[in-house]
Amino acid sequence: MFEMQTGTNMTETQAPALLDFDNVSMTFPDGTRALEDVSFSVNAGEFVTVVGPSGCGKSTLLRIASNLEANTGGICSVDRDSIGYVFQDPTLMAWRNVQRNVELIAELHKVPKAERQDRAAHAIEVVGLKGFEDKYPRQLSGGMRMRASLARSLVMKPKVFLFDEPFGALDEITRERLNDEVLNLFQSEGFAGLFITHSISEAVYMSTKVLVMSARPGRIVASFDVPFGINRSHDLRYEPEFAELCGEISHSLRGAHQ
Amino acid sequence: MSVVETPAATVDEIIPEQKDGFKISDYIGPIIAFACFIGVWYLVSDVVLPQQKRFLLPTPHKVIQDGFMVWRTGERRGLQPILISLWDSAKIALMGLAITIVVGMSLAIIMSSRRWLERATWPFLVAVQSAPILALTPLIRALIDGTQTQRLLVVVLISIFPIVSNTLFGLLSAEKSQHELFTLQGASRWVRLTKLQFPAALPNIFVGFRISAGLAVIGAVVGDFYFRQGGVVGIGAQIDVYRSRLWGAELITAILLASALGLVVFLFFGWLSRVAIGKWHITNRGQ
Repeated sequence: MFEMQTGTNMTETQAPALLDFDNVSMTFPDGTRALEDVSFSVNAGEFVTVVGPSGCGKSTLLRIASNLEANTGGICSVDRDSIGYVFQDPTLMAWRNVQRNVELIAELHKVPKAERQDRAAHAIEVVGLKGFEDKYPRQLSGGMRMRASLARSLVMKPKVFLFDEPFGALDEITRERLNDEVLNLFQSEGFAGLFITHSISEAVYMSTKVLVMSARPGRIVASFDVPFGINRSHDLRYEPEFAELCGEISHSLRGAHQ
Repeated sequence: MSVVETPAATVDEIIPEQKDGFKISDYIGPIIAFACFIGVWYLVSDVVLPQQKRFLLPTPHKVIQDGFMVWRTGERRGLQPILISLWDSAKIALMGLAITIVVGMSLAIIMSSRRWLERATWPFLVAVQSAPILALTPLIRALIDGTQTQRLLVVVLISIFPIVSNTLFGLLSAEKSQHELFTLQGASRWVRLTKLQFPAALPNIFVGFRISAGLAVIGAVVGDFYFRQGGVVGIGAQIDVYRSRLWGAELITAILLASALGLVVFLFFGWLSRVAIGKWHITNRGQ
């Protein structure tokens, strides 16, 4: 029923990874060891999700990848100009309507006005916010704000999208809808993804690969290739294979937690 | 498996606009408050004050008769001289407020850029805010020529604190993740200020404007007291004359008009605030 993801073949034919962590460690100035010898890479066409107990340094991975934080050990290589970053909260500017919020990043990169308006209009349509261009963030629901936040990053056509538990604050229905939305974008826009979450089913549903992190200091303790094809529907969540994989990851996570 | 058709955001997700329509309670409150005010006034004028001191606070109808309804009797008596003085003070208050806004906001922007600058500046601002202007008048007179400039300085000294503190508070109120968004795009300090910190500070800046506007009027009246020369004098100087000559009706009229000026300026900034940020900023009363 599911086509197998031919992960190994893909890497061989690939150009260098879009995002590569090589023995990355992170110790904060106060001595807290957040990450220890973390190695993995994200290639084009991959959607990698990191799950782990809270406080294990998952978000620190993204902060290092995007250069918000500098790692204290190892090498993190990534083309920082082609990164899209989706924060835990939508980080919309309250004083800008949807259209102008979506234009913001392009505006900061000095994309000419006419072009950024076109690109924003396209991104707004892609995330399903057409008709809401003139609304201000306070007039939108949580899900719609997150859509606007997604659109804002899409405008720059990033090659790698970093998601820092973006849907954690949303109700389950909205969350699942947005999962599908991101999956659709993953296919149509062709970016690679690095997704952080603490929801195992979200991780399995979204990803081509799931990495399990241990409690602090964070290490990658297990890696699971997700064998389901790239076209997924809601029903997948109720397939036995899906439940089985979730169980394995949960088991591994439990082991890492102890 | 086919691509999932996800429904786009639906209209029911949108948060309904709360329109404030005409509410009778919006008007009853102020009317009752005003009636109480007039009632207390009569009570003090006719009952509380001892008979021989009632000239100090004439009753409302007497103030209207002798203060507002008399156009001009003599050089200083009547509504016309009061209005001329009021206009003179209003000009000082508004010019002073403009200077305060420019200086105060610049100061706040500088303070927001470096923590040590903020820490170095605060004590002086607090000192200016609490220093009795009365004690400084000889110094001001010695250092600065011209009553106009002296009066403007008093306005600035009295009204600058709320502008600085509110603007600074606003500039530092943008969320950490919003700052990080700008950091990720390699935004310069200027871009961060103009596209993030300043707009985020607008609600606080307008609060500062409203408080400082009222203080600017007070500052102008206080400045009139201490710095005056022949010719047209400010409303504060006029009030001082009425006070010393015990002209109760004129005194109360001048005080009411000075207060009205403060109220007009206050309402103007409230209106400006609604026009400028009402679309996106909401105030919550928690009901």
